[in-house]
Amino acid sequence: MESFLNRYRNLSVLVAAILAQLVLLAYQVKTNNDVRLIRVWSVGAVTPLARWIEKGRSGVSHFFSDYFVLLEVREENRRMKAELDRIKMDNQYLRAELSTANRAESLAIFQKHSPSKTVAAHIIGNTTGTGAKVVIIDRGSNSGIQPGMAVITPDGIAGKVTKVFAVSSFILLVTDQTFAGGVISQNNRVHGTFKGLGYEGAGKIEHIQNEQKVDQGEWFYTSGDDRIFPKGLPVGEVTTVHQGKTEKEIYVSLSGFKNGLEEVLIIVEGVHVPIPDAPVTNQSVHLLAPPPADAGGISPAVQPLQTGPLSTDADRIKERWRKLGEQEHHIYGERGNGAPNYNTPAKAEAKPDKQ
Amino acid sequence: MTGFSEYREPVRKDRSSMFNVAVIIGISLLAILFRVYVSRFVPYLQYLELPLLVTVYFSLMWRSPIAGLLFGAAIGLAQDSLSQLPVGMFGIVKTLVGYFAASMSLRVDVGNPLLRLVLAFFFFFFHELLYWVLARALLGQALEFDVVRVLVLGILNAIVAVFLYQFLDRLRITG
Repeated sequence: MESFLNRYRNLSVLVAAILAQLVLLAYQVKTNNDVRLIRVWSVGAVTPLARWIEKGRSGVSHFFSDYFVLLEVREENRRMKAELDRIKMDNQYLRAELSTANRAESLAIFQKHSPSKTVAAHIIGNTTGTGAKVVIIDRGSNSGIQPGMAVITPDGIAGKVTKVFAVSSFILLVTDQTFAGGVISQNNRVHGTFKGLGYEGAGKIEHIQNEQKVDQGEWFYTSGDDRIFPKGLPVGEVTTVHQGKTEKEIYVSLSGFKNGLEEVLIIVEGVHVPIPDAPVTNQSVHLLAPPPADAGGISPAVQPLQTGPLSTDADRIKERWRKLGEQEHHIYGERGNGAPNYNTPAKAEAKPDKQ
Repeated sequence: MTGFSEYREPVRKDRSSMFNVAVIIGISLLAILFRVYVSRFVPYLQYLELPLLVTVYFSLMWRSPIAGLLFGAAIGLAQDSLSQLPVGMFGIVKTLVGYFAASMSLRVDVGNPLLRLVLAFFFFFFHELLYWVLARALLGQALEFDVVRVLVLGILNAIVAVFLYQFLDRLRITG
């Protein structure tokens, strides 16, 4: 036996190594447990490093992006003094800080208006899986995060928490091929299952029969059936609808990834909300305030009337001149009759004032 | 039936390269961190399988199947621990890659850039195929295996590997 192992030493070590890992895999799959110790070590080692790198990158990125914008301005003002440059550099640093603050502020505004209780988190890295859409965030069990919690952005759903460590967590993005969630269409209230396609920006809706009605451009929202996402969160807009063999082939453009994915919100306590009737709009439309009741400066006599035969100013002037003509016995268009005195107040106009 | 271990190892084993332990650990960590961090901001770089390329390189240069498979297992398990899937998937794949790469190096001149290109391409394809098989067989995941995509990525990784290996050659302990 010993000579056999010596002779096939390399192969023996290989078989042992493979078997050990197979047993490890089988244990995890069978018991649905994780080899927590190894992961905690690895994530614990990587998270602080990734966080520092991310902070540095974010700061440098904002600093330089703003600085280069300013360079164009500086080209127009080449005579600026070196002292002014130094002050600008200081200014850019402050701008970078402000930019970060603005992003955080928009997230905070959404947090404030969202009925669900959420925790904001920053994405600090990707995981190492091949083709997997899983990211690492800088919040973990210390912040109350638990596996299975929904992850959203102000624009829509983003993913769900899969693994939680002390100060970091893994988020399975909705674009991952293994992701699935319950959805409902906005207009026809058709229930389906959202699935990721493995690439960003798009997903597909499954389990909708050909007989059911789904229109292009229609929005899908979370249905709350999956017990992950609260009902009423936007998922995406239908871009393509095809009839399949038995089920429709529906593709949607995801709304949650529109503005990139740097900060996310984890729903700690979800609240179901009704599906909105109006379609989601991306651009806010500015509406003027209604006009005041008194249109100051314009005399009541010339104010447009909304009812009756005299509906325009031209009609009103024509009627006034007709009455003026009758009052002065003037026939318009007749030669040698002269012109009426247009400054004479018409009797018909004076009547309402007296009453 | 003969195993790789039965080849006459001493033929090229005397040409095995030595590396500083700090270099080995540092390069491995950088390769994994690259996957974790850089690919997030440059999405195209997520297709660069640096841990695999590093595994192939050290296995080729050490010319020891045991060292190769242990290194592959270590870097694979580290990669597993930072991934969503159960620990062991990348471990098994990279263990086999390390073993076969080291076994191959006993028979060929691993300093030739063209051969490195071919080997890097071959092992990338092998890695992806084996991972796909394991994911389907052991985890029951219905992942797609796009052959054309893997071939294209294999070529890109192989090209990167040639330049990466030239850089890593400079970190060898000489003398």
